[in-house]
Amino acid sequence: MKGRPLIFEMSKPGRKAYSLPHCDVPQLALEEMVPKECLREQDAMLPEVSEVDVIRHFTRLSRLNYGVDSGFYPLGSCTMKYNPKVNEDVASLPGFTQVHPLQPDEAVQGCLEILYRMDRLLSEITGMDRFSLQPAAGAHGEMTGLMIIKAYHQHRGDIRRNKIIVPDSAHGTNPASAAMVGFEVVEVKSNDRGEVDLEALKAAVDDTTAGLMLTNPNTLGLFEGNILEIADIVHKAGGLLYYDGANMNAILGIARPGDMGFDVVHLNLHKTFSTPHGGGGPGSGPVGVKKELEPYLPVPVVEFKDGVYHLDYDRPLSIGRVKSFYGNFSVILKAYAYIMSMGSEGLREVSEFAVLNANYLMERLKDHYQIPYNRRCMHEFVISAQRQKERGVSALDIAKRLMDFGFHPPTMYFPLIVKEALMIEPTETESKETLDAFADALIEIAQEVEDQPEKVKGAPHTTPVRRLDEAKAARNPVLRWKP
Amino acid sequence: MKVKVIKGLRYSKEHEWVKVDGNRAIIGITDYAQDSLGDIVFVDLPEVGRNVQVGDAVAVVESVKAASDVYSPVSGTVVEVNTALEASPELINQDPYENWILILEMSDPGELDALMDAESYERFCEEEE
Repeated sequence: MKGRPLIFEMSKPGRKAYSLPHCDVPQLALEEMVPKECLREQDAMLPEVSEVDVIRHFTRLSRLNYGVDSGFYPLGSCTMKYNPKVNEDVASLPGFTQVHPLQPDEAVQGCLEILYRMDRLLSEITGMDRFSLQPAAGAHGEMTGLMIIKAYHQHRGDIRRNKIIVPDSAHGTNPASAAMVGFEVVEVKSNDRGEVDLEALKAAVDDTTAGLMLTNPNTLGLFEGNILEIADIVHKAGGLLYYDGANMNAILGIARPGDMGFDVVHLNLHKTFSTPHGGGGPGSGPVGVKKELEPYLPVPVVEFKDGVYHLDYDRPLSIGRVKSFYGNFSVILKAYAYIMSMGSEGLREVSEFAVLNANYLMERLKDHYQIPYNRRCMHEFVISAQRQKERGVSALDIAKRLMDFGFHPPTMYFPLIVKEALMIEPTETESKETLDAFADALIEIAQEVEDQPEKVKGAPHTTPVRRLDEAKAARNPVLRWKP
Repeated sequence: MKVKVIKGLRYSKEHEWVKVDGNRAIIGITDYAQDSLGDIVFVDLPEVGRNVQVGDAVAVVESVKAASDVYSPVSGTVVEVNTALEASPELINQDPYENWILILEMSDPGELDALMDAESYERFCEEEE
């Protein structure tokens, strides 16, 4: 990377990457057409480069990229699964791409039908009654869901409920979203099986409990076997249950949050439902609710009446809009294509293979790394590099070394309750050969830690950039090319 | 891994240390805490004059791994903060016992009795491993 110029540094005055046809209308000075206060006083510092320079520059950059289309990406809790290309075909059909969000309902019946049907499909998959497809990502879904919980309590005049309970293994977004919506966050400890401690939960709930946020399976990749009792404890105290759908990939067609007692769920279409994830996605975080919470869903909601789909804005208890228009429509469409192409049996197989792949990897690694919660995992599992740490090699070093083997590193240092954590989620789409290659790499690294720890501590050795100084980058970020 | 513990200081279960100077409590985070956090990149200090209760989140220490609250081991009023940490948060990694975070004028010095001495804290850290 070093020594390769930025596109700004390649700039030569007068060089152009475009040629425009002759102008066939009278030419006017800019000042005659645009008010003075809207004109810039200095030229924008745009690079002046030729077409081939532009193409080579960005092609080179794109080849530095690592994505799920270039290799194995076991980023725990993120479900970096392969995105079937048929989804893109469907989303680029002209009937979907050549519409405008301000067209009247009768002119976009097909699009409204997709939204309506997607609501029905997601409701069936999760055991909920109604979905809003507006939220643009998971954390946005969390915020929406919590606003619904707040509106529900407030509408009933139960205004003392200002606390949200989260387990200590929760995704960081859970307490952050709760705080954002104005709740106080109460943390409950996990027990030695890695599940919510029922006694701690009982002690934490009272008449100020608004709800509990939970991921199931949890961030350790373990199924919360006491979920019905957990739901009962929270409901008896008058609180609601929120399901963080980040780990939904483990239970499709097998278990449903709605049947476990959850009142609100969010899904991540960019995780479980195979829409693009990294690089800005964009994401989509639909929120589903049980019947009693339906009135609080964001407006508008798509309704179907007398053979016609329409956007219903007449919902007086709604929390309002949470996104312009109707959500990231093309993403919803891709997820719809995925669900329809998989079918209900296919979706169940997704989870079966995701769980099988994770357990296979865990079995292959368990003699080489510490497994803090050594029991059957779901779609992901957590290993600890505590043993390697005694030789001076950290989880971070191991993650960096994996890049030399051509793999994306797993999630590191999360969940927070496991020291030197590496969280591995292979997803269902990987072959045994890929899983074996990854396990072989981690086993070889464990051996390197014994024989030549410096090699691991100095990794990566083969990537476009070597080990970055993350502390310096965070302490002294350089965010502009020129001051 | 052996972590450094200093005799004569009081320690909390959340890995803060307290050095008592008359009615003033000098507060920082322990060697165990800085080692678990990794490279510290930012310290969010409280305002001088703020009243804190024991257990309140009184500062935030952010590392390349995570942002963590610093819980006040005693109650009192913030009388001084270590502004050197704003420009050089890495001082905590270099010497967590020399580079304190804040000083409280204690409102109830009796709370100190609930904290651990160096020996108990050392045992506590071993159990945490």
